[in-house]
Amino acid sequence: MSGDGMANAERAQPVVTARAAGLVGCAECGHVFPVGAERCRVCGTRLVSRDMASLQKVWAWLFAGMVVYIPANVYPMLRTTTFGRTQESTIVGGVFDLIDHGSIGVALIVFVASVVIPVSKFIAIAYLALRVQRGQPGTASHFHLYEFVEFIGRWSMIDVFVVAILSALVQLNFVATIHPGIAAVSFALSVAFTMISANSFDPRLIWDAPREGTQL
Amino acid sequence: MISLAPFFDNSPEPVRQPLRFRANRLSPVARIAYQTAMTDSVSDLIACPKCDVLHKLPQLEKGAQAKCVRCGTVLMAPRDGAMTRIVMLSITALILMIAAVFFPFLELSVKGLGRKSSVFDAILAFSEGLMLPLSFAVAALIVVLPVTRFLALIYVFAPMALGWAPARQAREVFKLAEAIRPWAMAEVFIIGVAVALVKVAGLAQVTLGPAFWAFVGLVIITVLKDNFMCRVTVWQTLNARSQS
Ligand SMILES: [Zn+2]
Ligand SMILES: [Zn+2]
Repeated sequence: MSGDGMANAERAQPVVTARAAGLVGCAECGHVFPVGAERCRVCGTRLVSRDMASLQKVWAWLFAGMVVYIPANVYPMLRTTTFGRTQESTIVGGVFDLIDHGSIGVALIVFVASVVIPVSKFIAIAYLALRVQRGQPGTASHFHLYEFVEFIGRWSMIDVFVVAILSALVQLNFVATIHPGIAAVSFALSVAFTMISANSFDPRLIWDAPREGTQL
Repeated sequence: MISLAPFFDNSPEPVRQPLRFRANRLSPVARIAYQTAMTDSVSDLIACPKCDVLHKLPQLEKGAQAKCVRCGTVLMAPRDGAMTRIVMLSITALILMIAAVFFPFLELSVKGLGRKSSVFDAILAFSEGLMLPLSFAVAALIVVLPVTRFLALIYVFAPMALGWAPARQAREVFKLAEAIRPWAMAEVFIIGVAVALVKVAGLAQVTLGPAFWAFVGLVIITVLKDNFMCRVTVWQTLNARSQS
């Protein structure tokens, strides 16, 4: 009926899941149906007890996000022209510029949003997906890691917005102009792809990590 | 105001007894019988959408909150007049959004040269060549998706707030609103503005325009509004109202 993972998880915390009770819960609205029901009667979502297929989507989008993150760091994010002299800066270069200006706090915000969050997101999603694939049931802390990853992802967009605002604002002909660099595109894509990856993850897998092929 | 009472406190009432105790004491055979019996009355059970743990639907007082015993996800949070408030806040947010988009957002001046730019200009910043898709993306994230979400919420909740039956397609529209939620990034944009201000501070004088404050108001209202919404509760209400 249920995998080993389920038994372990239940020993740690005595609760009954819909799956263990031979039911299937709707991932959208929480309504419960007997196994075999196709769609939720309440909200119309397709009913899956544990969406193992979601893992493939998670990996595909995660991989895409990691690939486009490379050009995002190599190519310039901003091209600043002051008095006819053009200067290009990458994501990390922009952080150092801010430190030079003495804005340590803002440099920290940009560094966390553009480097720390994306990289730790890659690691966290891969770690959680690997655990599920190995059939290791997770605990509340694994779930909270997932929740955090899902919540924090959108904040990485800060740097893309900064580039958009600066490019719109700083158009003073000869004195100073700012143009977006190609890295802005790949960075935005990277953030979007990792967000899709995290959103595709079925969090119910984290708790009991059923082995592939196991029946309900 | 909000009591963070878990579902299954130590209430002596038998109905409130945790399901887990009843189920775990049963032998496998009894358990199957128990399941079969349960499928007839599954409508008073709810499975946490995030961890699948079964809960018996609680009778909550208005303002109380019920959380999943395992993962802490809010499962029920009925509020007095929640729907009216969501509708009012969404309408306010829409009005603020119009102001935020078209009024000047920031004004930059250096050596007598001045430039006012609106959110609209920030969107158009990427409109050259290869950057055009990014222009669309920024427009979507800070204006189109938030506006779609406010309209969707008004469509779903306004008829119910007035005591009418839910609008046609209310379910699909609410699902859309929930799907859009992570992609509506007005508050991220505000932090972006703050960072941009620091970056140009050495270069020129920057003044905040009225649209900036409209946007700040918009962000506060969005956060307030989302606090009134609990997905599972909304589905319960939608379900109850469309049956009657
Ligand atoms: Zn449903
Ligand atoms: Zn839960």
